[in-house]
Amino acid sequence: MQKPFFIRNPSVMIFVALLAAFTIGVTILSQGFGIDVISTSMVKTLGKTLCLCLIALAMDLVWGYTGILSLGHFAFFGLGGYMVGMWLMYERTKAIVVNSLAEAPLPPTPNEIREGIGTQIFGVVGGAEIPPIWVFADSLTMQLALVVLIPGILAFVFGWLAFRSRVTGVYLSILTQAMTLALALYLFQNDSGLRGNNGLSGLQNIPGAEGVPQSELSVYFLWASALALGLGYVLAAWIVGGKFGSVIRGIRDDEARVRFLGYHVESYKLFIFTVTAIIAAIAGALYYPQAGIINPAEMAPIASIYLAVWVAIGGRGRLYGAVIGAGFVSLVSTWFTGGQAPDIPLGFYTVKWVDWWLVLLGLSFVLVTLFAPKGIGGLFDLISGRIAPNRHGADLGPGMGSLREQEAEK
Amino acid sequence: MSTLLEVSGISVTFDGFRAINNLSFRIGTAEMRAIIGPNGAGKTTFMDIVTGKTRPDEGRVIWGEKSINLLKMNESQIARAGIGRKFQRPTVFEDQTVLENLVMALKKTRTPLSVLGYRRSSDDIDRVEALADEIGLRAELPRKSGELAHGQKQWLEIGMLLAQEPRLLLVDEPAAGMSPAEREHTTALLVEAAKTRAVVVVEHDMEFVRRLNCKVTVFHEGSVLAEGSLDHVTANQHVIDVYLGR
Repeated sequence: MQKPFFIRNPSVMIFVALLAAFTIGVTILSQGFGIDVISTSMVKTLGKTLCLCLIALAMDLVWGYTGILSLGHFAFFGLGGYMVGMWLMYERTKAIVVNSLAEAPLPPTPNEIREGIGTQIFGVVGGAEIPPIWVFADSLTMQLALVVLIPGILAFVFGWLAFRSRVTGVYLSILTQAMTLALALYLFQNDSGLRGNNGLSGLQNIPGAEGVPQSELSVYFLWASALALGLGYVLAAWIVGGKFGSVIRGIRDDEARVRFLGYHVESYKLFIFTVTAIIAAIAGALYYPQAGIINPAEMAPIASIYLAVWVAIGGRGRLYGAVIGAGFVSLVSTWFTGGQAPDIPLGFYTVKWVDWWLVLLGLSFVLVTLFAPKGIGGLFDLISGRIAPNRHGADLGPGMGSLREQEAEK
Repeated sequence: MSTLLEVSGISVTFDGFRAINNLSFRIGTAEMRAIIGPNGAGKTTFMDIVTGKTRPDEGRVIWGEKSINLLKMNESQIARAGIGRKFQRPTVFEDQTVLENLVMALKKTRTPLSVLGYRRSSDDIDRVEALADEIGLRAELPRKSGELAHGQKQWLEIGMLLAQEPRLLLVDEPAAGMSPAEREHTTALLVEAAKTRAVVVVEHDMEFVRRLNCKVTVFHEGSVLAEGSLDHVTANQHVIDVYLGR
């Protein structure tokens, strides 16, 4: 018989407790509800970081556990953002249009309102018609359902085609890159129906909550992001904790063997790919109302590569590693690129971190990959004493042919 | 004895090289069979074809009482139909414990959703412990299988095969790299398994084959050269020329 889930996974409880403490702490220090130590923009940054931690968790599931190096998960993140952004932008524009038409002598017809919204939103790309894909934009419920459905269906169809043909390894990575690039290029077009490279903007204004100041809204979004991350973490721990986790780690380590055990490897890959795409989309749907703007550049292939870098630096194959990696690297990145990091004058040259940060990030990625493959998460092994003994190449176990030192450190 | 697996007239060519040439083979429901032959005789390719890894250019592979065509099925379907395979080098999931390895192999529904909802019942644990006793790894259940000795990994893999409850076991060189005592244990495991199911063992080591005490099929250049008891085939002049004489 098995012990209850939380007892088997003490790290889940620790994580949820720390996340709750963090959220309460930020709330107390926030401008909106607390003693005004943390500015509203900082609260938003923290809330966005939690969303990035959530997509990193998805990346760890698909890459760290199943061994599929997807370089396209930011496409799903962006799609999630677009889906919720459509409602935000439509409803807010509608409120503005209705307001301005209210001064006219005759009450506006629904058609006039629609035309007004069309001109307002799509004037910037030279259109006035509301494209067919905006058909559900006036319904929050429908758009929230689409947050899950659109990326989910895209991931399912893409994954079905790719996995069925047994595309693996670097070829699959290239294929996912191509997918995200194609999607970004499509959305850059003005007639894609999503405002081309202008993207959707003004997303920080929540329709129906005009009276709530941004200082409070930011805290609400922080809570929502923390809740999503907490639930996502528990879900991920549940998925990888049992026999399913055994099977996907088996697929990562020896796909053919799992197949000969009678498991249909492709179904498992497809399942995990689709579930993580949905998690990524939910993270995106929470991220962009805090960022305020979304455009196709967010889906550029480089974003998904960053995601892999976060997970690698944090430590793949362990859930908290991914969260730490995403949180740490993206916050440090904000610090360096935000101009807060002091320049280093070398006499003949001044190191400006805004320019040099990417070099530093790339260098640390290389160093982590070479010298600390367990990433930051590996530090916890030092604390818990779960470190591989240094036996200088001798057998770990008593028998001949046991794992050797270099194998154990893989 | 009724036929469990019937392979008839299969041929397969890799880049012009005929790995299997009009090969036919059949085995009954509870039978032990050893396959011997020189390197490149097509032994491993034969197993690849039966387990669905390689598609033959021609021929038929018929399975079970219902005469199912295995060539229409993929690897995992064939495994679920009841064919288990042990590879030449031990392939266990080194990063996972012996217990996890065995639980993964237990005969259960294999769809993602049912595996997701799976909880270890006390029956399953009993079954795993009984298997672990059989393969001599009871004390090693909580250990990572990567830490096991080579022979223990081989046994774990045999244990995983048995946990699948297959009707046919294909075993590729089970005794490779084993000490004499370990070989004896392996022989006992295979002989025991062959009482209730079909077991096909590919082996180079004649001493090991002799101890299995079963019918022997000799492969050469992708087809069957001789078949019969070990003494019968070793007396065959063809076999001596192509295999034993070297």
